[in-house]
Amino acid sequence: MSESVHTVTTLPTERRSGLPFDPPAELLDARRHGPISRCTHPGGKPGWLITGYDLVRSVLADSRFSSRKELMNVVDFELPPAPPGEFLLMDEPQHGRYRKPLVGKFTVRRMRLLTERIEQITVDCLDAMEKAGPPTDLVTAFAKPIPTIVICELLGVPYQDRGSFQEQIDTFMGGATSDEELIAAYTATQEYLAELVAAKRANPTDDVLSELTDSDLTDEELRGISLILLAAGFDTTANMLSLGTFALLQNPAQLAALRADPSLTDRAVEELLRYLSVAKTFMRTALEDVELGGQTIKAGTTVVLSYNTANRDPERFADPHVLDLRRQDAGGHLAFSHGIHQCLGQQLARVEMRVAFRALIDRFPTLRLAVPAEEVGLRPETADIYGVKSLPVTWDKEES
Amino acid sequence: MRTPRLRVDRERCIGAGMCALTAPEVFDQDPDDGLVLLLHGEPSTDHRAAARMAAGVCPSGAITLHEPESSGS
Repeated sequence: MSESVHTVTTLPTERRSGLPFDPPAELLDARRHGPISRCTHPGGKPGWLITGYDLVRSVLADSRFSSRKELMNVVDFELPPAPPGEFLLMDEPQHGRYRKPLVGKFTVRRMRLLTERIEQITVDCLDAMEKAGPPTDLVTAFAKPIPTIVICELLGVPYQDRGSFQEQIDTFMGGATSDEELIAAYTATQEYLAELVAAKRANPTDDVLSELTDSDLTDEELRGISLILLAAGFDTTANMLSLGTFALLQNPAQLAALRADPSLTDRAVEELLRYLSVAKTFMRTALEDVELGGQTIKAGTTVVLSYNTANRDPERFADPHVLDLRRQDAGGHLAFSHGIHQCLGQQLARVEMRVAFRALIDRFPTLRLAVPAEEVGLRPETADIYGVKSLPVTWDKEES
Repeated sequence: MRTPRLRVDRERCIGAGMCALTAPEVFDQDPDDGLVLLLHGEPSTDHRAAARMAAGVCPSGAITLHEPESSGS
């Protein structure tokens, strides 16, 4: 049967110009042929690409598929195992050892308690934007600082360290212009986090990292956990806020509906998560031969799970390419993944997005792009998280 | 008509909070370990649809809904 399987060329494939919110056309085309296709990984190794919602979800819930970094069979050299604490790329029981102590600190209830503080952080950003006046880059003025300040406060990064620390993480998460710069920023962040862990152990303060020092986790593990929380908790939300604003501005009827009806905010956030899926792909490696969608995935082969294509599966979502903030079933999206690795910080991300989108559109009723939409710079598909590089916006100043 | 019974498996639970978000009248999270707490094993008619949705979106399959066998079919 394998000769009838659709084949995608080497991943990743680029998006079509003029369609910044849609997955690459080649991936959508693959899904039309069926939920599973053959593909070639960037390093030349053969693998499988899963694009159908049901099949992506079933792989994510299947313990025969591993997340271990060293098992990813995509390049022609052996990948090292994930460093201690970086539990995103681990299986049970290692994954649970790190995730379990964190779970109680990111509950729905506990994240909602942060609402007021996140509102204040957002107001501060909006005040600064208003004071500086239009035009501005929404990424640097709004989308990045909000989640960065929130995660710094959660981890307990002291106020005086935030400026340089934000610069470092900004550089290693997308802002680096060379490998040297990337490595330097990564090393500086690691060194800073090691110092931070030591400081919290010596003088615990009221934050998640200090609480974690009261466990059997080593300093090295705590540093790894901190890095994961930063990497997963900052770039993702920042890109959702900026790309989400871009999407709203390009869908004026939807934006008007959201502006008119605050009760739509929660559902709008779920729909933006579905529609944009900024964390677009993850990988799993089969630990044994697995039958999947009529194909045999051989043990040791790596499958690519395309979340953004799955979230546009017409068998799961009616009119999937339409941004519809009133959609009833958007909550079933895979934007935060599924299975044991489903996003630990998703409830925080929800609060951040609900607060920030609402406050932004309320503050600037005339918010609009300051450049033609085609000129908005987009991240390449090689980036882990999709989004805009910058989002120049403007608005009409109030007569004073 | 008998009501469906919910069961939760705290061993499977990963504390993602999808149930507490989707059906807060039926599920909560333990403030210490973040794992699922079942508030109502037999949710009232008003909350049944939300409870069913919560079982469906649970990322770790920790929530199961046992429909009572209807008599006569």
